Amino acid sequence: MRRYAKPLLFALCALPLAWLLLRALGFAGLSLGANPTDELQDRLGDWGLRLLLGTLCITPLAVTLRKTWLVGLRRMLGLFAFTYLVLHFANWLVLDQWLDGRAIVKDIAKRPYITVGLASLLLLVPLAFTSTAGWMRRLGKRWQVLHRLVYPAAVLGCIHFWWQVKADWREPLLYATALALLLGWRARRTCQRRRAALAAAASALDPLKAMGRGA
Amino acid sequence: MIRSPDRGPLTSEITPREIYLDRRRLMAGLAASLVGLVDAAELPAARLQFAGNPRFSTKEAPNSYEDIRSYNNFYEFGTGKEDPSERSGRFKPTPWKVAVAGEAEVTGTFTLEDILKPHALEERIYRLRCVEAWSMVIPWVGFPLGDLLKRFRPNSRAKYVAFKTVLRPDEMPGQRFPVLEWPYVEGLRIDEAMHPLTILAVGLYGQTLPNQNGAPLRLVVPWKYGFKSIKSIVEIRFTERQPPTSWNISAPQEYGFYANVNPGVDHPRWSQASERRIGSGIFAPRRPTLMFNGYAEQVASLYTGMDLSKYY
Repeated sequence: MRRYAKPLLFALCALPLAWLLLRALGFAGLSLGANPTDELQDRLGDWGLRLLLGTLCITPLAVTLRKTWLVGLRRMLGLFAFTYLVLHFANWLVLDQWLDGRAIVKDIAKRPYITVGLASLLLLVPLAFTSTAGWMRRLGKRWQVLHRLVYPAAVLGCIHFWWQVKADWREPLLYATALALLLGWRARRTCQRRRAALAAAASALDPLKAMGRGA
Repeated sequence: MIRSPDRGPLTSEITPREIYLDRRRLMAGLAASLVGLVDAAELPAARLQFAGNPRFSTKEAPNSYEDIRSYNNFYEFGTGKEDPSERSGRFKPTPWKVAVAGEAEVTGTFTLEDILKPHALEERIYRLRCVEAWSMVIPWVGFPLGDLLKRFRPNSRAKYVAFKTVLRPDEMPGQRFPVLEWPYVEGLRIDEAMHPLTILAVGLYGQTLPNQNGAPLRLVVPWKYGFKSIKSIVEIRFTERQPPTSWNISAPQEYGFYANVNPGVDHPRWSQASERRIGSGIFAPRRPTLMFNGYAEQVASLYTGMDLSKYY
């Protein structure tokens, strides 16, 4: 299982992209439908967000299932999420906006859902860039701090989706709930760790003993 | 014709088989669409008889039948663009009745046949601009709404016309979840309703409307965003006060009562300055949206003196 996990995950993550490609190329009568630009835009965004949330599932899974090797899958998931989101953005720039600089800048400034979407993607850029083993080594402890940017990026991604639906908020609600659970799990874990650390510190500096010494 | 009882029809009187079959098909089609004697599922799209109307039609090339029937919004069948075509198979557009009520001399419930009988159908090739910034060109078959409304003799208090879509959660899966308040309701000011461009459509590409496009009877107001053109109408009511409308109830700051296509008034969340023409191909750039969807010459006078950024 462990041996095949990576290639299997790679294939799974590439599947939606391959499917979009086959549809775009009109393979075997497939198509992107009547509005191919919007179809690409929406499906790339869907998968980008899903994989980003998938990335955030790895740590809780690894901890609860006590399978540390799962953490080794996190980078690939994260990079796939980033790839889909970059393509999502590129599709908007090129096929949707036709690289019309003025319209693009205006939309980014004026449309909150685009602003937060772009902010989310920009937060992910340094994470993708520093995802290599070399950068992990070089950054040491700071690597983990830096990579906490994935949390605000995911929050903004969910908001980006929520703010553009017209009336049917069921799917964005699903993602937002998943994100809330994933972040909630981390918050609880952090609290537990802090409490444990405080307790350890407290027992090391036992106030009664200290008082006894002072008397 | 006088015919002696002891002889059969002259051979010249016998209708050739092809014509006879054709005629039967036409009759069956009309029956299916208008009277409801045939289950609509057997005849999903019957040919209609109609005349062209070049005066009110655009010369732009219409979208393919496939695009029009497979890509649209009809939230009663789901919120995805392909949901209406994929999930409307169980909907039964026949038999059909329309209730007429409110400020008019003639009110009551009418069969679709009663509604349609006096009207000659015509083809109107109209641009359709969705509030989501995409557009199509659609060859509707229908008749002016005003001609129908006059038959009910609205009184002087009839300042607005309200419409209601059928409520059938068992046939319309989208109605099982309150994405919008069901049934869908829409409305027009009486002068908008009486405008010669405003039609009730019963067909598309010369055939009866597919379920997903609003069968059997829908409104088409080409200078307004598509959501104003309410589908599968079961009630027409003349009112003195402005009637509630579904999208306005759902998000009043985003969707107004008028909903005129206006490139100068953006949706709060996206620009309305340009649109994507469906069917123009993946490499076609957006095109500028026209004031009143290009029907300004005919309809701008309806809104003289109104602040269209306030009455959006």
